[in-house]
Amino acid sequence: MTGVWLALAVALAGGVGAACRMMLDGVIKERVRVPYPLGTTVINVTGSLVLGFVTALAGPLGPWAVVLGTGLLGGYTTFSTASYETVRLAQEGRWRAAVANGFGMLVVALLAAALGLWLGALVA
Amino acid sequence: MTSSVNTRPLHLRWSSVGLVIAGGFIGTLVRYLVSIALPEWGGMPWPIFLINVVGAFILGWLLEALARRGPDVGRRRALRLFGGTGVLGGFTTYSTFAVGTDGLFVTGDVWPGIAYAVATVLVGAAASLAGILLGARGARAHGVEEPDS
Repeated sequence: MTGVWLALAVALAGGVGAACRMMLDGVIKERVRVPYPLGTTVINVTGSLVLGFVTALAGPLGPWAVVLGTGLLGGYTTFSTASYETVRLAQEGRWRAAVANGFGMLVVALLAAALGLWLGALVA
Repeated sequence: MTSSVNTRPLHLRWSSVGLVIAGGFIGTLVRYLVSIALPEWGGMPWPIFLINVVGAFILGWLLEALARRGPDVGRRRALRLFGGTGVLGGFTTYSTFAVGTDGLFVTGDVWPGIAYAVATVLVGAAASLAGILLGARGARAHGVEEPDS
């Protein structure tokens, strides 16, 4: 799988990842009614964990690492929404929530990605 | 009496899922092509930085412009799901950003890694805010004053 086919597989996986993001975010908003964008945090942290795992297994996975990593997980996680929600919290004067959404999410996602890389290296 | 399809929440409707898949397909494809076309100069993952900052700016503009033009229904909602959740959500990424930053830590570039991560969050927030302000200005120019809700 190379060239155009790889690009199409990556794009399709990204579409599926984006739909998973919308559905999971909707379900979390429905069940956990808190005035905080928890859904995006859960999505970005879980996506970073799994991408760490996939990245550590990039060798054996071959082109599937790109389809899963750049495609599925790239489409599932999002930076633009996270950044938008941070600014919205700041505009509402909720500075601690804004810092948590900006830097708290960053720290937890970095730890999750490191855990994924470590777990993947154990399996590889 | 409404059918079960219409009482289903927005995020579980096939029409929403279809719009987001189509948008996510386009956004992910563009990100993939940009990331293979642009080199990582200076050993830093700048392509992802650029993608995330540009995407944050456009999403801020889109969501603000849509909100100021009226409630989230009909064509506006379809455009938000397709363009916002789909295209821009798929174009930008958090997982590649996180793993790329950890990659800098692993190679011993701890301070460049911290600077890269903090810069992404701060410049991204500034881009989101700039987009929101532009969206508000554009709406005022069209005679729209405040969001309906």
